[in-house]
Amino acid sequence: MLSYIDKIKEISRRLLKESKVDMVIGFRKGTVVMMNEPCFVKTVADVDKLVWDSNCGINLANYLTNRTERIGIVAKGCDSRNIVTHIIENKIKRDQVVIIGVPCKGMIDRHNIEAMAEAEIQEVIETDDTIQIKGDGFEKTLDKEEVLQENCAICVHRNPVISDELVADEVKEQTDVDRYEDVRHIEALSPEEKWDFFEDLLSTCIRCYGCRNACPLCYCPTCFVDESRPQWVGKSQDSTDIRTFHFLRAYHCAGRCTDCGACERACPMGIKVRLFTKKLEKDCLELFDWKAGLTLEKRPPLDTYRPDDPDEFIR
Amino acid sequence: MKVIKIDKKEWAKGLERLSKTYQLFGPAKHEAFFVFKALEDGELPDLDVQNTRLSPRSVIYPQSEKMFEYTLDEDQEDHHILKEIDKEYSSRAIIGIRPCDAKAFLLVKRNFDAPEYKDPYWIKSYEATTLVGHGCNAPCSSCFCTTAGCGPFHEEGLDILLVDVDDTYLAKIITEKGDRLLAAAGWDTKTDTATNDPIENMKEAAEAKITSMVSTDQLKDKSTTDLFEASFWEDVSFACINCGTCTYVCPTCWCFDIQDETHGLSGIRMRNWDSCMYPLFTFHGSGHNPRDTKTQRVRQRFMHKLKYYVDKYDNGIQCVGCGRCVRFCPVNIDIRRVCDLMNSFEL
Repeated sequence: MLSYIDKIKEISRRLLKESKVDMVIGFRKGTVVMMNEPCFVKTVADVDKLVWDSNCGINLANYLTNRTERIGIVAKGCDSRNIVTHIIENKIKRDQVVIIGVPCKGMIDRHNIEAMAEAEIQEVIETDDTIQIKGDGFEKTLDKEEVLQENCAICVHRNPVISDELVADEVKEQTDVDRYEDVRHIEALSPEEKWDFFEDLLSTCIRCYGCRNACPLCYCPTCFVDESRPQWVGKSQDSTDIRTFHFLRAYHCAGRCTDCGACERACPMGIKVRLFTKKLEKDCLELFDWKAGLTLEKRPPLDTYRPDDPDEFIR
Repeated sequence: MKVIKIDKKEWAKGLERLSKTYQLFGPAKHEAFFVFKALEDGELPDLDVQNTRLSPRSVIYPQSEKMFEYTLDEDQEDHHILKEIDKEYSSRAIIGIRPCDAKAFLLVKRNFDAPEYKDPYWIKSYEATTLVGHGCNAPCSSCFCTTAGCGPFHEEGLDILLVDVDDTYLAKIITEKGDRLLAAAGWDTKTDTATNDPIENMKEAAEAKITSMVSTDQLKDKSTTDLFEASFWEDVSFACINCGTCTYVCPTCWCFDIQDETHGLSGIRMRNWDSCMYPLFTFHGSGHNPRDTKTQRVRQRFMHKLKYYVDKYDNGIQCVGCGRCVRFCPVNIDIRRVCDLMNSFEL
């Protein structure tokens, strides 16, 4: 996957040179280990600052919302699915974007890797299959597959579902993946146990809204938690208000979430917020045989009506 | 300045005595990271922490703080009158605060304890708190305190500085508050054989470990308007998702919002931390928002910390170099980079 960068640069240079796009959205090298920063490149000369490695977990579709330029965008499988959702929801036009597709092998989970290290990680060296971490008095080589973000480890759409250029041959998709083990575990809890589970899960939330803002789906001009006339949700650290935010946000993502993991990756407190969205993903799959962002031809189940809806109350 | 030696074997006993008259706060491990919390009976502060995820600012300035209560029940004589809520300001101590976080309270004090305005809640809380610092022998690679007016053994803002030397803590008593705390803890302060030397040596060694720097010398002389209109803001702000992480992990951010919450006929007036990253922060009643784009909001945060504050107080930047915003920004926007862009900006 490291070798993709040459092709990404080559395509970006060509698109800019031929004025096919006004900018390319990609990543530049981060200033701390295991982080890269989303950036735009507007000139051929700037293309060299683009990078590609296993620290490109941020979903770049988030940077397309309502933009008016012609844009080249580097897109992993999940980003491409969110670009599809963006196109369906009129947040960007198909002919405005040139999708530079990246067959992805998964992004690494920096929080998890940090927790595995004896002390602060000061240097990280990546090869195709390994991640070597170094710090004061320790050095460790990790198998990349073992330290992927959770959503990447269970991803079944690593290849872009829509693209104009591919930077490499498609990678093999994972099969035999159990995507919902954790959701089934929660489903099996009693109401009281569920209450306690969520209370504990959200106990460290500081309401920074990193999860919401990293999410390409959360583009409402005014989020319901920011409405002031009327104000639907309190602003304090009250646990009911915190739960309301997380539950409602998850429902707003039903049938649209691609499990890109941006929310969890963004959370400064390490809260497993994907547990909420995954439950709704599972429901959409079971009720409507629906997976988000795979096709431009069909609308997501919650913004359409079908006479054969599986639920009686709506028929 | 007096330096005493505390045998680590006596550490827990002293803290236990201290807990009779002080409410103790300290770092504790919460799953994958450290937080500051009120210590339970017999619980010791975990001084193995490199730095906590959140700063201890909430010990003095809670994220949500009730100020007044009221009733809307017109049968009550005092209906529609705000009544102050009684609060407890007995002595408390933060054990194991890092020097950067302690210095941060002094920066925040310029806002909450200004000649024109006094914030009674913050001031009472701050005055009730004794800060027992813990010198940083192993600063993080993203710490840049030494060029942000602070340092791993910086004493400004601390009442006591603890330095970890083998089987002992050397405690440097910096203020009278610190002296009082030591008296209450009852450690054997008579064995005054320790000197300042080991502290100075360790301080030098720790400072040498900090390789991350910012330049701030030109900020004051730059034109505010030129910086405000600089072309780099589009590039700096592009990745920003406008979450509040940087402002909430920061020990020097002080902004809050006041809210009334009514349940039935009774209610409370409270204040909650707010963030200049949020659109609602500047949203006017008229519907107009003077900072309605993310570029404007990102610029505001950096201009406030690195220019307006510098100009207003003439006392350095509004940052102590703790590096939390650098480490926890979900998209890797780095204040060190922005500071250098601003400091070296030429039209």
